[in-house]
Amino acid sequence: MTVAVVQFGGSNCDRDAVRALTHLGIDAERVWHEDGLPSETTGVILPGGFSYGDYLRAGAMAARSPIMNEIRSAADAGTPVLGVCNGAQIGCESGLTEGAFTTNERARFQCEPVHLRVERADTPWTAAYEAGDVIEVPIAHGEGRFEITDERYDRLEADDRILFRYCAPDGSVTEAANPNGSIGNVAGILGESDHVAVLMPHPERATLPDIGGTDGAGVLRAFA
Amino acid sequence: MSLPESDLDLIVSELGREPTPAESVLFENLWSEHCAYRSSRPLLSAFDSEGDAVVIGPGDDAAVVAVPLSEHANTPPAERSPEDYSETYITLGIESHNHPSYVDPYDGAATGVGGIVRDTMSMGAYPIALTDSLYFGPFAREHSKYLFDGVVEGIADYGNSIGVPTVGGSVEFHEGYVGNPLVNVACVGLTDADRLVTAEAQSAGNRLVLVGNATGRDGLGGASFASEDLSEDAETEDRPAVQVGDPYTEKLLIEANEALIDESLVASARDLGAAGLGGASSELVGKGGFGARIELDRVHQREPNMKALEILLAESQERMCYEVRPEHVDRVAEIAERFDLGCSVIGEVTEGNYVCTFDGEVVVDVDSDFLTEGAPMNDLDAEAPAEPTVAVPDIGLAEAFEAVVSAPSAASKEWVYRQYDHEVGTRTAIKPGDDAAVMAIRETTGDPMDTSGDGTGLAISAGAVPNWTDTAPYEGAKAVALENATNLAAKGALPLAAVDCLNGGNPEKPAVYGGFKAIVDGLADMCSALSTPVVGGNVSLYNDSATGPIPPTPTLAMVGTRSGYDAPPAALAGEGELLVVGETGDRLGGSTYLAEFNGSDGFPALPDDPAAVIESIARVASLDSTLATHDVSTGGLAVTLAELVTETAGAEVTLETIAAAFDETPGRVVVETADSDAVRDAVAEGVPVRSIGQATPGGELSLTVGADSRTYDYEAIAALRSTIDSAFE
Repeated sequence: MTVAVVQFGGSNCDRDAVRALTHLGIDAERVWHEDGLPSETTGVILPGGFSYGDYLRAGAMAARSPIMNEIRSAADAGTPVLGVCNGAQIGCESGLTEGAFTTNERARFQCEPVHLRVERADTPWTAAYEAGDVIEVPIAHGEGRFEITDERYDRLEADDRILFRYCAPDGSVTEAANPNGSIGNVAGILGESDHVAVLMPHPERATLPDIGGTDGAGVLRAFA
Repeated sequence: MSLPESDLDLIVSELGREPTPAESVLFENLWSEHCAYRSSRPLLSAFDSEGDAVVIGPGDDAAVVAVPLSEHANTPPAERSPEDYSETYITLGIESHNHPSYVDPYDGAATGVGGIVRDTMSMGAYPIALTDSLYFGPFAREHSKYLFDGVVEGIADYGNSIGVPTVGGSVEFHEGYVGNPLVNVACVGLTDADRLVTAEAQSAGNRLVLVGNATGRDGLGGASFASEDLSEDAETEDRPAVQVGDPYTEKLLIEANEALIDESLVASARDLGAAGLGGASSELVGKGGFGARIELDRVHQREPNMKALEILLAESQERMCYEVRPEHVDRVAEIAERFDLGCSVIGEVTEGNYVCTFDGEVVVDVDSDFLTEGAPMNDLDAEAPAEPTVAVPDIGLAEAFEAVVSAPSAASKEWVYRQYDHEVGTRTAIKPGDDAAVMAIRETTGDPMDTSGDGTGLAISAGAVPNWTDTAPYEGAKAVALENATNLAAKGALPLAAVDCLNGGNPEKPAVYGGFKAIVDGLADMCSALSTPVVGGNVSLYNDSATGPIPPTPTLAMVGTRSGYDAPPAALAGEGELLVVGETGDRLGGSTYLAEFNGSDGFPALPDDPAAVIESIARVASLDSTLATHDVSTGGLAVTLAELVTETAGAEVTLETIAAAFDETPGRVVVETADSDAVRDAVAEGVPVRSIGQATPGGELSLTVGADSRTYDYEAIAALRSTIDSAFE
């Protein structure tokens, strides 16, 4: 019974994810990608970082590594899978979720707190919130602008696949509150099934009470 | 550059023969100013580097300091006993990458980060925080902005990739850096008594194993390049001496290093930096009193037909040299393989000379101690710095306030720190934009996963103020040390230890050397007065170009501790009384005000008992009734107050004179308090506490100086402070 936090070469939020889950009383361990998923895996996190240095395209190399086949099978079997930041890029590159996260509008790395509006509360990732809640979670990325064709975006909306949108503190979804130029202010989306999700903001950085806010803990409680 | 005649004579007489070409180049690099500190070492004995907290002082890859247990973190160091410290250690290191950052700002700065992180790793530590202190020519110059932009991007791309948060630092602009910017990078690492390793070889027969990137012809002669003035055509001429960084490999190396330390496979370690493999391997064995036998052919190489001296001297990045017991060599190779890193067993530690062979021939055969410690010291003439003249222009409040608050060195640095991942690692409790970063050292509770908030808070501050040391090198350097300590104290922490990065111009010029000597003495004297050991550092001389020498620049990275990680913010609540703790001076020497209006004045007097001031400020910051604290430094009280104002909280403040608004005497904080008596009770006798007004709801600053009153709202202040942001957006 453990959540596998998958470490690729260049992952750098793997320890943080384990620390956050441990704080929540959820058993978690770092798993080196070449070692494959442990047999008792009950959840998977693709953590943030710069897998393979982002040298080809963010997430592109990791998406093609053998462990991703195992993760897809686990997801198909109902195991919750969460991609955070670089993990979200990997999720999109591997087809777990639609669209792509690409270079920020300002073409610079941005590390800052943002507000997110919870779009759906009936998923494992948002069971701790109400729809319309506003939570504060930090971002730290240079390639977090969500991109997708208009047609597919409409389908995402129609299918209720959007999990979080960047918003103002009062919950209004405005251009000013969009840190990176994401289409529809999208910060996180669901895969085909509700138990697969990716998001650019870092819930594990907003979970530990000793260093600040804990608004992100609800997302990780999906693994409890 | 080649070996000076006198060095060559000494080498010939020691060896009893002419040096081989490879030996000549090794001596040239290892006896360079950059590696051997020939002009500075005679001065460095001024520093006090001992104390109960110091586990390893100067001379290793990084210093090692014990972290006090949380319940003793607020006890003044002089009153602590050895058992008040935990077995959790931090490492401290600082490095300059000045010349490379001028020639190629992106790669120069990036590889500076890589180097100091490897210095941390070689002590068996995991890097937990970086600071960057940057110095450029005037911001209005396009070339300064180009360098600034490139350096920040280089630091961001490298530091962010390797997952080490950049939590602090400083950015200064000054005419003296036009031809020679400075990039001073400090790293804090975390280790403990069990994991600690050193860069001192342990025993003959152990293997030397090179792990990391393949060696190519990059960065040849970087150490000697760093030991000359920058020539006018340096940007094209010296580009081959600048290395190119690969943060992905660095991150793999960090992970491999952790795995090696986890399994106790490392007898000693040294990172490959200045002077490449030759530097690292000879220093490693020399420090342990050994020699080595190294087969250069065994080094994994990136390009064909490399010569012996290229393999020896190349500064290819992301490489570590490990001393490994013979029975552990296979396991080390497996771990390197797991992380896709190259690995070669290049030789072994011996009782004899430092010997390198190539293609079956001996190319180096010298005593390692002579090679690494034998460089003669320079005895240079020093000319005492001149006293500043007095010419203080009389400027109206509004003009002065607006010029100083928007001056690039005083303005908001948000554009910089937003590009740095300052939160990865989930330890950063107080983030950039405040006086000091505070990192959660949960390990001192005995449980690294503890989230009670009861561990030891490690506060970090780094920087120097060139206007101060340009005006008065000795007093200015004392002020730099006091200012860094004040930053820590404003967040409730007491200084624990410091490392310095001493930057100067060409020391062969007596006026330059005199100024340099003065900053060394100034830093040393203030750190002694604060009982803060200076446990290591770096010297960078020859920061001199066609536009003249840089101002002597003593970057100090100081850490302090407090119980827990929570501290009052540097933002007003809007409801308390505003007090200044510490003495406001009446001299404007070194101030932003005078820099903006071309004046000159003597440097302000510093407190007689700086330790009492720092302890008082730290106590005040720890009071429950303290609502906000913010230190006073660049730009004086005017800038401190401007920075404290928020969208919803402001202040009404009355000061007697323009000098009181813009004087930059360090050792002062503005405190917003709900209980001014508690503040007065908390400070030591002789430390002044003065009321300057009231915090108010609503984001307006009303400032009265003499007969002149001005009011600025939050938006107006934000616009003034956005000098850097708006230039790049």
